[in-house]
Amino acid sequence: MAASEAKPPAAARSQARERAVAYLTSRHRFRLAEVLPWVLALAAYFLLPDRMTFGGQVLIMVMFALSLDLILGYAGIVTLGHAAFFGIGAYTVGLLAARLNYSEPISGLIAAALVAGLIGFITGWFLLRYRGLTLLMLTLATAIMLQETGNLRSDISGGYDGLPGLTIAPLFGVFQYDLYGHVNYLYVLGVLAVLFFFVRRLVYSPFGQALTGIRENVRRMHAIGSPVHRRLVTVYTIAAAIAGVAGALFTQTNAYVTLTVFDFDVSAKVMVMLILGGTGRLYGAFAGAVVYMVLEDYFSKLSPTFWQFGIGLLLVLAVLFARRGLLGLIEDAGHYFARGKR
Amino acid sequence: MPQVASIAVSILFDGLAYAMFLFITAVGLSVTMGLMNFVNLAHGAFAMAGGYIVVTLTRSYGVGFVPSLLIAAVIVGVASVPFERLLYRRFYKATDLEQVLLTIGLAFMAIATFTYFYGPIPKSVPLPNWLQGDINLGFRLFPSYRAFLIALGAALIAVLWYSFERTNIGAKIRAAVDNRRMAESVGINVDRLFTLTFALGSGLAALGGGLAIQLFGLSPSFAVIYLVLFLIVVAVGGLGSLKGTLLAALVLGVFDTAGKYLMADAGGFFIYAVTVAVLLIKPAGFYGRE
Repeated sequence: MAASEAKPPAAARSQARERAVAYLTSRHRFRLAEVLPWVLALAAYFLLPDRMTFGGQVLIMVMFALSLDLILGYAGIVTLGHAAFFGIGAYTVGLLAARLNYSEPISGLIAAALVAGLIGFITGWFLLRYRGLTLLMLTLATAIMLQETGNLRSDISGGYDGLPGLTIAPLFGVFQYDLYGHVNYLYVLGVLAVLFFFVRRLVYSPFGQALTGIRENVRRMHAIGSPVHRRLVTVYTIAAAIAGVAGALFTQTNAYVTLTVFDFDVSAKVMVMLILGGTGRLYGAFAGAVVYMVLEDYFSKLSPTFWQFGIGLLLVLAVLFARRGLLGLIEDAGHYFARGKR
Repeated sequence: MPQVASIAVSILFDGLAYAMFLFITAVGLSVTMGLMNFVNLAHGAFAMAGGYIVVTLTRSYGVGFVPSLLIAAVIVGVASVPFERLLYRRFYKATDLEQVLLTIGLAFMAIATFTYFYGPIPKSVPLPNWLQGDINLGFRLFPSYRAFLIALGAALIAVLWYSFERTNIGAKIRAAVDNRRMAESVGINVDRLFTLTFALGSGLAALGGGLAIQLFGLSPSFAVIYLVLFLIVVAVGGLGSLKGTLLAALVLGVFDTAGKYLMADAGGFFIYAVTVAVLLIKPAGFYGRE
């Protein structure tokens, strides 16, 4: 290290810059293991043709958890009301189809993203100045107020009975949704892939680094002149839009939507999935959502009470022993064996 | 005009009764959160447990309603100590997120356990004769149960206020809420103080849970549904402030009741609108410190 200190400061600075760039690009580089979830998703399509409806639901929850990972895992915003944006997306598509007879899928997704993003921008602008309990309460209250608004105007929203039996136009005007959810599965998978690579690009950009900085030490980010509030609002808006797309896909897949999409349970559930998989690591959303949904599918049929107890226990155990989630556990195990070899 | 006045009196009376329930249940949460900055989402589960103990005592063992309330408060208060000592203690310095997850997990487990033993159907509780029907307060009739709730709440407020403001232990709690490090360095055992307030708060929550049965019915989902209300009261009042919790309970209780009387369709909208308005202007609540 003595040699580098002897260099003139300008050269040392450019060297430090090079190292930083090299570090960022090496993080950004694709690793082979990243192909795995996509291969598995495609394999599921061919191996489990009769479970494709369920598969579509799982992918939607992956997308929803991914949007939460952006704000919770990367920016460190703890929210109890993320269902708000899922619900807005779901109702955007639902209302377009039920009240305006407009049901072209792709433009529906874009509409949902825009509306959810807009609401995310407005609420985020006001709420993201707060932290801790105040922020928890404000996000929670936002979701409940949206639900209550929907209930108040049940002439439009259909209230808790919802909007049943929506007709969704064929994809690209050609592919009709089939009873077994085959088309839908590939459709959701395609949308997920597009959004995932967008999110991946985002978190490895300087913007993503700034978010991680805000999560780790907000005071220091203020001190170095980072526009913290603007960054948080931006990521909140993006996450809201993605959650909106997930909600829109939910409506399109099920062809109905009720006000329960705004439930606190939905916000809690997506958070549990993300925590289970591991926050701040993109693929945590995949692992968590898949494991959660499969366990839920199996155990809640067996006994809903038992399942609720199990999920509570899982949460407590995760916080006590596996704070970095399932993927964190796998990583730790990997490190352990790697050390054993040496 | 008399009809308007009569509705206003009804709103005030029901709102006051509701506010007392909110205050009794939330005050412990406020003080423990003020002391340790711990987000305890399992508080509603303690209230629910209290409610079920009251149901069991009155229905299966024939204990009177009022004694059951006291027994439930004591049982839950004592039972909460091991939770605090063994589990919560490790998380005082953890992040908001970890505290939220741990306590939500506990709340889920509690809901599942009580669903297993009591079933999901709402329970009611047999009241003694003197709590049924109406009571004449000179100028009109009021429901006895709500009058009882208001009287009990007022008495508890007096006791809590006295012990908070006038006793040695109250002074210690206030000191620890204001500045935990300073309080420790002058020799106050904040850990023990916290265990004590935690037990007291959980006991009061159990009392509130018992009182709530007659108002809303009791089902296992109580732990989550009403938790939101308690948290709102705490956030709006300001962490660790008795005065703030009382004020918040009164404002939210009366507003919510007024909303339900005057615009039944809008349902729970008002309480959240008020919450958001207050928190946007005063993020730390009425009497919280920034």
